[in-house]
Amino acid sequence: MTSVSIIGGSGYGGGELLRLLLSHPNVEIKQVTSRSRMGEYVYQTHPNLRKRTQLKFSDSSQLEPVDILFLAQPHGQAQHNIESYAKLATKIIDLAADFRLRDANFYEHWYEEKHAAPEWLNKFVYGLPELHRAEIAKTNYVSGVGCNATASNLALLPLIKADLIDLESSIIIELKVGSSEGGAEGNSASHHPERASVIRTFSSFGHRHTAEVIQEMGVKKVSLTMTAVDLVRGVLATAHAKVKAGVATKDLWKAYRTVANENPFIRIVKEQRGIYRVPEPKILAGSNYADLGFELDESNGHIVAMCAIDNLMKGASGSAVQCMNLMMGWDETLGLEFTGLHPI
Amino acid sequence: MSTIVCPECEAQIELATGTEVGEILVCSDCGVDLEVTGIEPAAVQLAPMEQEDWGE
Repeated sequence: MTSVSIIGGSGYGGGELLRLLLSHPNVEIKQVTSRSRMGEYVYQTHPNLRKRTQLKFSDSSQLEPVDILFLAQPHGQAQHNIESYAKLATKIIDLAADFRLRDANFYEHWYEEKHAAPEWLNKFVYGLPELHRAEIAKTNYVSGVGCNATASNLALLPLIKADLIDLESSIIIELKVGSSEGGAEGNSASHHPERASVIRTFSSFGHRHTAEVIQEMGVKKVSLTMTAVDLVRGVLATAHAKVKAGVATKDLWKAYRTVANENPFIRIVKEQRGIYRVPEPKILAGSNYADLGFELDESNGHIVAMCAIDNLMKGASGSAVQCMNLMMGWDETLGLEFTGLHPI
Repeated sequence: MSTIVCPECEAQIELATGTEVGEILVCSDCGVDLEVTGIEPAAVQLAPMEQEDWGE
């Protein structure tokens, strides 16, 4: 069995990681750390794990060497401790934003602070297998992915890959997001009477995840707008763009089919009948699938490209486990077979 | 077994043995209805689809 430990296991990302790793056939969880919950049973924080584990949260100073170390801390912590973490494990998978961007100046621009370990940025591979499968399989260090960035990048992937988009025109991506994106620590905006039933645009532009779309898609004229909706899990990205002259619906089908055939967790959702004709995050809760859809107005070249994911799965812990599978040379779907629930 | 191409999305669809002219198939990729118009050679065309009440 491959030994793994998780640093920062009390948040939603850490809890999802625990859920996945406890059922993974090839790994054994050695330790889970949390400063705020030290000494408590893991299931006291993540109640869905009751009767699945007797692990207790431990202190990070007591960590022992393992094969793989997962970092699920809040953003900004891993970059200060990466040297000591690297002495504990040869392979590291970070779920936070510390090592997502390749360029230190670009990081400083978007995060408004200097990176504490810029020499480590190029050692990490961006952790989205749909973009970097071969590199992830060869590296020891994988970064996390932003959930909104993942929905945006996957919405655009077939179009960018097949060179179907007019990149001189702006790409506008509207994201509807669930409350678990805000993490396990509440604030006044997430207080139930204030958060329930909202449709609240909390970031019109300039969200940090935009940097990951610019970096990974190679686009410059792109804007992300975030709207909180009444969901716990889930993100729906709806991208508006202009296709190149002459691009028809059949070209789009070819591009989307290619991406879906190359990636086990990408599905095309573009149905003519029934209720679920377009991607919807609701039925993806707990699954690692990313559902893609599109509609083209052939009269003016306006394309609407959609991607639905579970933010805690494909947008965080699911992709992290998929990366682990690739790094270890295992089937990349191992431990990630759950299809989601219907009805839910 | 013959293979036809969906006129909507260009998916390749295999016609099962015994398929008859006039039969309605559903494209497994894009979900449109296809009417079989020939067997040798195999041919299909888009079949009219009844609009369902969907959405809001």
